Amino acid sequence: MELTTVWFLLIAVLWTGYFVLEGFDFGVGILLPLLGRDESDRRTLVQSIGPVWDGNEVWLIVAGGATFAAFPEWYATLFSGFYLPLFLILLALIVRGVALEYRGKSTSTRGWDRAFFWGSLGPAFLWGVAFANIVRGVPLDADHEYTGSLLTLLNPYALLGGLATLTLFTLHGAVFIRLKTDGELRERAGRLVRLAGPAALVIGGAFLVTTQLMVGKPATWGTVAVAAAAIAGALVATLRGRDGWSFAANTVAIVAVTVTLFASLWPNVMPALDPANSLTVDNAASTSYTLTVMTWVAVLFMPLVLAYQGWTYWVFRRRLTRAPGG
Amino acid sequence: MDVLDLSRWQFGITTVYHFLFVPLTIGLSIIVAGFQTAWHRTGKPAYLRLTKFWGKLFLINFAMGVVTGIVQEFQFGMNWSDYSRFVGDVFGAPLAMEGLMAFFLESTFLGLWIFGWDKLSPRLHLATIWIAAIGTNLSAYFILAANSWMQHPVGYRLNPVTGRAELTDIWAVLTNSTTLVTFPHVIFGAFVTAGAFVAGVSAWHLLRKKNVELFRVSARTAMTVTLVASIGVALSGHWQAQIMTEQQPMKMAAAEALWEDETSAGFSLFAVGDVENGRNHINLQIPYGLSLLSTNTLDGRVEGVNDIQARYEATYGPGDYTPVVGVAYWSFRLMIGFGMLAALLALAGLWATRRGRLPDNPWFHRLAILGIGLPFLANSMGWIFTEMGRQPWTVFGIMRTAAAVSPGVDVTEVAITLVGFTLVYAVLAVVEIRLLLKFIRIGPDAEGEPGRPTDTVPVLSY
Ligand code: HDD
Ligand code: HEM
Ligand code: HEM
Repeated sequence: MELTTVWFLLIAVLWTGYFVLEGFDFGVGILLPLLGRDESDRRTLVQSIGPVWDGNEVWLIVAGGATFAAFPEWYATLFSGFYLPLFLILLALIVRGVALEYRGKSTSTRGWDRAFFWGSLGPAFLWGVAFANIVRGVPLDADHEYTGSLLTLLNPYALLGGLATLTLFTLHGAVFIRLKTDGELRERAGRLVRLAGPAALVIGGAFLVTTQLMVGKPATWGTVAVAAAAIAGALVATLRGRDGWSFAANTVAIVAVTVTLFASLWPNVMPALDPANSLTVDNAASTSYTLTVMTWVAVLFMPLVLAYQGWTYWVFRRRLTRAPGG
Repeated sequence: MDVLDLSRWQFGITTVYHFLFVPLTIGLSIIVAGFQTAWHRTGKPAYLRLTKFWGKLFLINFAMGVVTGIVQEFQFGMNWSDYSRFVGDVFGAPLAMEGLMAFFLESTFLGLWIFGWDKLSPRLHLATIWIAAIGTNLSAYFILAANSWMQHPVGYRLNPVTGRAELTDIWAVLTNSTTLVTFPHVIFGAFVTAGAFVAGVSAWHLLRKKNVELFRVSARTAMTVTLVASIGVALSGHWQAQIMTEQQPMKMAAAEALWEDETSAGFSLFAVGDVENGRNHINLQIPYGLSLLSTNTLDGRVEGVNDIQARYEATYGPGDYTPVVGVAYWSFRLMIGFGMLAALLALAGLWATRRGRLPDNPWFHRLAILGIGLPFLANSMGWIFTEMGRQPWTVFGIMRTAAAVSPGVDVTEVAITLVGFTLVYAVLAVVEIRLLLKFIRIGPDAEGEPGRPTDTVPVLSY
C-alpha cells in the first residue's frame, strides 16, 4: 500500500476514535440538564466521563498533529479556511474542559453546568457541519486557499450534517449513561434512547443518503446500511435492557458514519468546487521520508496507546451508584 | 493593524498565556510525584497530606494548560497557513510525535491518578503520577525540538520546485544542538517556577502559623529545588548564549545593544540607545562580560548589529534584519534579573529557616509570597526574547514572518479571534486564581488520612 493511503487511513482512524470516544462525552454534556434532576445526579453524570474525557480529547489533538505532519496542505487549507467555525469549537472546548475540571471544586455549579452543556453541544454540531463541507467540497483557488466565506459553510446540507452528528452523539451519550449508571438515572437515559434513537435514524439517514446521492460511491451504500442497522440495533438492545450491546452497536454506527464520510472523500482530502484545485492524498502529502518516519512512530506507539487507554476503561468499568449528598 | 500584526499579537498573547501554566505543570508534577514517593516509602501521613494538597493545586493549573494548549495546536493552521504549508513536512513531525507519545500518556495516566486512589494498588497508583509527569516532560522535549528547528533549521532541504522545506533527517531534528540546550534551560526554569510557587504558598500558611511543621518541610524542599534549578538555568543559559552567538548572532548583538563588532566586549547592564543611528548614549558595562558569556574567552570577538545587518543584506538581499533592539535588550536582562532574584530569595529563605528556625518578621513571608511571580515573569521574558529576537524570521534564514501568515484570512476574522481569546483568557485567569486561593486557604486540613474509605467521589476530583 502506498504511504499516502496508509496515512489517509490512519487519519480516518484517529477521527473515528475521536468521534466514538468524545462522542459520548459530548452526549453526556448535552444530556446533563435533561437527565440531571439534582446535584447528585449531575455529579454522577460528570463523574461517568471524569477519568477519561481528557484522554479522549487527545485523539483530536493527534488527528490535528498527524494531519499537519502527513498532509500539511490539507491542514493549512482546512484550518485557515474554516477559521471562524474552528474558533467557536476552540472556545467550546476551552469552557467545557475548564467546566469539567472546576465544577466540583466550586461552591456554585450552575454556571459550570451551563458551560459544560454549551461546550458539548457546540462541537457536537459543528464537527458535523465541518465534515459535511469537507465531503461536499468548498471553493478553493489554484493555491488551495479557501475563497468562500462563513456563509458558504452554512449551507443546508452542512447544517443537516451538523444535526446528524448532534443527534448521533446525543444518542451515544444516552447509551453510555445507560451503561455506566444505575437506578433512576439509568431508567431516564433509557427513555431518552427511545427518543434519540429514532431521531438519529431519521436525521442521520437523511444526511447519509444525501451524501450518497451527491458524492457517494457504490461501496459506501454498504456502510450506510451498517450505520442504519447499528442504530436500530442500539435501540432494540436498550429496549431489551442489554446496555453493553447497545453501546457496542452505537459505536459501530459511529464508525460506519465516519467510514462513509472518509470513503466518499478518497482520493481527495479536500475537494474543491473546481476539481482542478482539489487537494488529494498526493498533492497534499508530505514527502515519503516524513511519511516513513511517522509510520514507524505510529506502528510503535498506536498499539501502546490503545492498550493503556483500554486498560483505563477496564479499571473504571464499574457502574456508578448515586453519589451521596448533593 | 493588518492581518500580520494581529496574528502576531494573537500568537504572542496566547503562547505567553499557555506558558504561564506549562512550567508549573512540568515542575509541580515531579514535586507531587516526589511527595507521593516519600509517603509510599515512609508511610508518614504528613507526606500524603502534602501529596494531596499540592496535587489539587497542580490539577487546577493543569486544566488551564490543557485547554490553552489546544488553541496553540490549531493556530498554526488557522493564522499561519503559509507557514504550515511550507514547513509542515519537517515541523509537523515533532508535533505529531508529541501528541502520540506524550499527550496520550499525560492525559490518560493523570485520569488514572485522580480517580484511581481506591482502585489501584498503592504501587501502581504511584506509578501513574510518575508516568504522567514523564509524559509532561516528554511533551516539552518535542515541542522544543519543533521550536528549535525554527531557531536553527537542520535536517532538511529546500525543494527547488515547490519551495517547501522537506525533512531529510529526523534524527538531526530531534538532536538539534539548539534543542539540546533549550530543553534543560526550560526544564530548569520550570523547576525554579514550581519551587517558588510551593515556597510562596507555604510561606502564606507559615505567616498564619497554620500546619507549621508541614509547611516548613514544603518550603525548605521547594527553596532547595529553586536554588539548585537556578544554577542549572544559569549554566544552561550560558551555554545557550554561546550557541546562539554562533547560530543567530543578530539576536545576541541585539540583546547586548552591541552595535559594532568588538573584541573583549563588556556585558551591558543598562543602556539608552539611539536606534536610528545605531549607537548607544549611555552604556554601563561589566568589562569582558559579553565575550566571556558568549565565547568563554576574555578577548572573544562578538559581532555587532550594524555589521551583521550589512552581512545579511549581502546574503539574503536588501531588507531590515534587525529585531527590535530595545525589546531584545530588556527582555534578556529582565529574564535573568527576575530569575536571579527568585534564586536569592530562595537562598535567603533557606538560611533563615536553617536548623529548625522560623523567621518572625512577617515581611519575610510576604516577600516569599510576592516571589511567586518572579519566575513567571522570567519565563515570559525568555520567550519574548527568543521569539522577538528572531524576527524578521519565522524560520531563521529561510522564511520570514511576513510570508508565513494565512493569505485567506481577513482582518475582521483575526480581530474577532484575538479579542475573543483575550477576553476568555482574562476571565479564566480570574476564575483560576480565585480557585487556587480558595484551596490554598482551605489548606491540607481537609485531606483524608490513609485508609479512610473514599465515597464515590474521589478525593482529588469533583
Ligand atoms: C516547554 C514546554 C511547552 C511549550 C513550549 C509548549 N507546550 Fe503545550 N503543553 C506543555 C508543554 C509545552 C505541557 C507541560 O505538556 C502541557 C501544559 C499543561 C498541560 O496540561 O500539558 C501542554 C499542553 C498542551 C496541549 C494539550 C495537551 C492535552 O490535552 O493533554 C496542547 C495541544 C499543546 N500543549 C500544544 C502546544 C503547542 C502547539 C505549542 C507551541 C506553540 C506549545 N504547546 C508550547
Ligand atoms: C514551540 C513552539 C513555539 C513557542 C513556544 C513560541 C513562543 C512564542 C512566544 C512566547 C512569543 C511571544 C513573543 C511576543 O510576545 O511577541 C512568540 C511570538 C511569535 N511567534 Fe512563536 N512560538 C512557537 C512557535 C511558533 C511558530 C510555529 C510560529 C509560526 C509562524 C511562531 C511565530 C511567532 C510569531 C509571528 C510571533 C510574534 C512575534 C512578534 O510579535 O515579534 N512561533 N512565540
Ligand atoms: C543566568 C541566567 C540566564 C541566562 C544566561 C539565560 C540565557 C538565555 C538565552 C541565551 C536564551 C535564548 C535562547 C535562544 O533564543 O536561542 C534564553 C531563553 C529563555 N530563558 Fe533564559 N537565561 C537565564 C535565566 C533564565 C531564568 C531564570 C528563566 C526562568 C525561570 C529563564 C527562562 C527562559 C525561557 C523560558 C527562554 C525561552 C526558551 C528558550 O529559548 O530556551 N531563563 N535564556
